[in-house]
Amino acid sequence: METMVDIKNLRKTFGSIVAVDDVSFTVGKGEVLGFLGPNGAGKSTTMKMITGFLTPTSGTVHICGHNIEDQPIEAKKRIGYLPEGAPAYQDMTPASFLTFIGEMRGYRGGTLKRTVSETVEKVNLQSVLNQSIETLSKGFKRRVGLAQAILHDPDILILDEPTDGLDPNQKHEVRTLIRAMAQEKAIILSTHILEEVHALCSRAMIIAKGKVVSDGTPAELEGKSPAHNTVLVTIAGVDASVSHQQLMTVKGVKKIEEMGRDGDLVQFRIYPDDGQWILPDIGHCVREQGWEVRELYHDRGQLDEVFRLLTTPKQTIS
Amino acid sequence: MERIRVIFQRELAGYFATPIAAVFIVIFLLLSGAFTFYLGNYFARGQADLVPFFDFHPWLYLVLIPALAMRLWAEERRSGTIELLLTLPVTMWEAVAGKFLAAWCFTGIALALTFPMWLTVNLLGDPDNGVILASYLGSLLMAGGFLAIGSCISALTKNQVIAFVVSVVISLGFILSGFPLVLEFFNGWAPQFLLSAISSFSFLTHFQSISKGVLDLRDILFFLSLIAFWLFATATVIELKKAET
Repeated sequence: METMVDIKNLRKTFGSIVAVDDVSFTVGKGEVLGFLGPNGAGKSTTMKMITGFLTPTSGTVHICGHNIEDQPIEAKKRIGYLPEGAPAYQDMTPASFLTFIGEMRGYRGGTLKRTVSETVEKVNLQSVLNQSIETLSKGFKRRVGLAQAILHDPDILILDEPTDGLDPNQKHEVRTLIRAMAQEKAIILSTHILEEVHALCSRAMIIAKGKVVSDGTPAELEGKSPAHNTVLVTIAGVDASVSHQQLMTVKGVKKIEEMGRDGDLVQFRIYPDDGQWILPDIGHCVREQGWEVRELYHDRGQLDEVFRLLTTPKQTIS
Repeated sequence: MERIRVIFQRELAGYFATPIAAVFIVIFLLLSGAFTFYLGNYFARGQADLVPFFDFHPWLYLVLIPALAMRLWAEERRSGTIELLLTLPVTMWEAVAGKFLAAWCFTGIALALTFPMWLTVNLLGDPDNGVILASYLGSLLMAGGFLAIGSCISALTKNQVIAFVVSVVISLGFILSGFPLVLEFFNGWAPQFLLSAISSFSFLTHFQSISKGVLDLRDILFFLSLIAFWLFATATVIELKKAET
């Protein structure tokens, strides 16, 4: 895989505050890297250093081989950046704004016109092209921001909370757009929304207090959840202690937690030994006993649980 | 250079896309006219020149230019577009110059629209048009000086009111630096060379010597290097304060 973004030992301090602390990673073509982390974890600061807006206190950023500090122009030409909140010149229209961005990116004349209209089509801005940006809805403003980021078909896309504040339909649109470009580019996006990591990212990185605390595929992240590969079962009409005992005899079961009762219903969460796959055995046991099963399903683990575990202090994974 | 032009065009068009252009130009023309005719006794003097017109320019600029300059960078920071602008393939110097030149060109347009003054004086008498041309040039240079100061102050804060007030005070200092009000403040404790340095910074002195029709290279260089200095300061301030949002 071709490395597009290469970050080494990146560090940024503001006075005595360490915003980003020794962050290193690479992103290759075709990868969509999701930055996760609580507010103030250093996601935006890291992005601002990658795009050359902020100068790192130490460490290096290479964009397609160009050092962002030594060759800022060459590096910036290859990046499309959507800053947090999608800022734009509010008194301009999308048409004039995108033309301005196109000119700044070196397009002229017919090529400029064609590039702008192609981009407008990609993000569906045709209907508001000549309205001033300040009068547009949040969704359209975000699309204008995306449009300026992808206008020059950059190798690298840096998107700071691209779907923040959008309604579900708009979120879907933006995600579809990002997914369509994923093959050709290296994309880094930050988000609070964990479902987005599933929907978009080939890799997820959790940042807390300026440090990378986890880096892997979304599935690997879920594997860190205590609830990973547990089985949830709801049984009706059986004495809880009896069913509890019976389930404990199933091979590979480590522990059983009673989740709650409702009338004659009882729900258990069954934890496997070493994260092994116990669903078939549980199913078998339940059928053998002839219990009336209301629910039986497998839990891959919740990303937000992992997120909380990794980003809240003084808690370790049990 | 090409990117300076692109930024310049966007900025200049920005003035005309908002009511700023209309308000600024109308007020500038009204005030410069009113000052010339009422306070300057343009007719009563019975002389075919534009001295009363140009004499009020430093004072007009004192109020109007900081109002124009206050949004240059403060607005970019408030709206977050500074991040957009500076992550485009553009150098800091190009961004600072492009925005400054647009504002300067805009004041140039406002100044050029005072041409009826020049027509009037040519209809009424036989003025020395060389002096008038030199005065226009001096006025434009002085406006550039005020703008460069305003640009730097505007980069210091995202609050436009603060940017305005501070720019006015610093500009006032530059207008009056040859006058007792400022010099008295330094007198007694500052060494003599500093006093003469301060007094040589007076916008009024340099402007007046240009508007006498004497195009001394030193006066022109004074304004140009002052502009260069304040623009350099602007770039430095932006670089230092980028992290603050």
